Amino acid sequence: MKVALFIPCLSEHLYPESAIAMVNVLQHVGIESEYVENQTCCGQPAFNSGYRKEIIPLAERFIDMFHDKEYVVAPSGSCVTMVRKFYYDLDIRDKLKPALDELAGKIFEFTEFLVDVAKVEDLGGSFPHRVTYHDSCHLNRELGVNEQPRRLIRNIKDIDFVEMEQPDICCGFGGTFSYKFADLSTSMAARKCQYIENSGAEFCIGADSSCLMNIEGYLRKHNMRAKTMHIAELLAKSLRM
Amino acid sequence: MELSALKTKVYIKEALKDERLRDAVDKATQTAIKKRADKVQQIPYWEELRHKAHAVKRQVMENLDTYLETFEQRCQDNGVVVHWAEDAQEAQQIIRKIARANNVKTVVKSKSLTTEEIHLNKFLIENDIETLETDLGEYIVQLLDEIPSHLTAPALHLTRKDVGRVFHEKLGVYYTEEPTELLTIARQKLREKFLAADMGISGANFAIAESGSVVIVENEANARLTVGLPRVHVAVLGIEKLLPSFRELPVSLKLLPVSATGQKQTVYVNIISSPLRQLTGEGPEQVHVVLLDNGRSKILADPQLRETLFCIRCGACLNACPIYQQVGGHAYGWVYMGPIGITLIPQFLGDMEGRYAPYVSSLCGACYHACPVRINIPHHLLKLRNEIVESGHTMKVEKIGIKMWAFLAKHPRLYRFATWFPGKLQKLHPKPFPAPGYTKERALGTFDSKGFRKRFYEMQKGKKS
Ligand code: SF4
Repeated sequence: MKVALFIPCLSEHLYPESAIAMVNVLQHVGIESEYVENQTCCGQPAFNSGYRKEIIPLAERFIDMFHDKEYVVAPSGSCVTMVRKFYYDLDIRDKLKPALDELAGKIFEFTEFLVDVAKVEDLGGSFPHRVTYHDSCHLNRELGVNEQPRRLIRNIKDIDFVEMEQPDICCGFGGTFSYKFADLSTSMAARKCQYIENSGAEFCIGADSSCLMNIEGYLRKHNMRAKTMHIAELLAKSLRM
Repeated sequence: MELSALKTKVYIKEALKDERLRDAVDKATQTAIKKRADKVQQIPYWEELRHKAHAVKRQVMENLDTYLETFEQRCQDNGVVVHWAEDAQEAQQIIRKIARANNVKTVVKSKSLTTEEIHLNKFLIENDIETLETDLGEYIVQLLDEIPSHLTAPALHLTRKDVGRVFHEKLGVYYTEEPTELLTIARQKLREKFLAADMGISGANFAIAESGSVVIVENEANARLTVGLPRVHVAVLGIEKLLPSFRELPVSLKLLPVSATGQKQTVYVNIISSPLRQLTGEGPEQVHVVLLDNGRSKILADPQLRETLFCIRCGACLNACPIYQQVGGHAYGWVYMGPIGITLIPQFLGDMEGRYAPYVSSLCGACYHACPVRINIPHHLLKLRNEIVESGHTMKVEKIGIKMWAFLAKHPRLYRFATWFPGKLQKLHPKPFPAPGYTKERALGTFDSKGFRKRFYEMQKGKKS
């Protein structure tokens, strides 16, 4: 099996380790990764701020680039949502619409791909620490992926997995929302981090770098105990990779 | 507080500083969420009901003109007078005329958001008609000269202690914070008013086209007295409240109380189909229905956004919203608040006045998940944001920035350079980017100049050699 990697901007430029971890974990279960050259951004930040016609060319080149791959996998639920769901709100050329349908059917978030497509739930690793899991909103509510990451975590040996209070409440990031309404966004982050702290976890695991960046930023600035970790990194670490 | 959606930013800032408010709202919404979840769990066909309700609403909106005609016809057959109001002012004038014609001096009102929308209380009082809210929450809010801060719980922003203080100060009664005692005090005060009132004004939860009936659900029986005791009853409702027939009612009657208050059933369901005085010697002599458009037909014209008219004003999206939970309803600066409110603000008030509202959301989707009629609120917010951008009501710098960025993203080499650069810059100066709000309470991530792509290729090479 071979997958084409869709590397979102934050993974490319801020958190490459989590994307590398994803590649390693995939390889561990016998899945080869291909980097599609010249990929850039899927357009989500602009789309969420209300800009549509500006990103049509980005969507079109994305569809063009990825639609003929066997599978497309990304370490982010919100970027997958953008392609799978929100591209349909854009006036893309008619010619590309069948290609979009095709792409929408084979683009997956990493944990969704592992569990639902590759049918891997137990990687056989071990991680003797207390962790909790934050549900990213798009991944959870738009893609309906919440059980898959939990299964992957629970199957790690020696792990102490605890649910925090309201694991699915928004961390307050919301892309440009985080600076347009910075105070509000911060107070949402504060609440999330309090729940993480209350859970006693050493690590808050997540599947989206954007939420993790927000959470990590708040935890660090306030000297809170927990660290954040992308689920791909958790799996890789559990396998000593 | 002056109503202004444009001041949302200011109001939110103020609300965030108010810890008492945040505590009150947080407690109330958490309780509401738990109660609702508990009931939902007991209904195995909950999701099916939501889909059904959505389908009914869709069908109604697509054929609203026919249903409205039938409704009007049936009302007339039943001896109910129907009035059409294009906007708030027209609705006010219609009600004033009815009041004048019947020599009305005092009005009792049951809870109605539609009358809040047309600022009816203020208007009537200015016209020397004593107007009194009879729903407990509305009564409290009226005593304070405020507007409701929640769709179903108008005084949600207040604690029991606050209410005790308000009663003590405004009504001159002894101080108590016991809910039953507070209720008794309000009941006593309101009873005389009910008996003396010339006119009762209500809203409506649903209107049944087939039979020309208005349906009002409630828990306190004040609506029953409002529509049943005075000589004249006026029901004010938005044109979107229609249901084809009584067959569609049970689904809504199941969904609404669970979503609104976490009750399996409401205590009272009032169905008003005609003036009863002639028939039974009791009840009103006249029943009037005011059908309010006030921008609704414009919303109806948009095949996507018309979904925002499916709303049955249950308030579940407010309770579920992590933003509402922190700031309460007044921060939105308008009569409809929370997630559904921010979809309605630009649609009712225009893109200029409403240019911030749809951005007061992290698009987390908790509202959509809670909504009994499955209104995809985040999806509509995205569309409204786009309309605001297209109408030129966003900041110029943002637009230019987005255009530049989109240009770069089409050119991978340039894009790579532009994204390599920040990492280098950050090495020289740890805080090179102007993100003042963001970084006040949060540390910034570290840009990685090398990036994933290079690492990946290096890894591949390493494997081959
Ligand atoms: S949008 Fe849905 S959840 Fe919100 S008040 Fe309306 S019906 Fe209730």
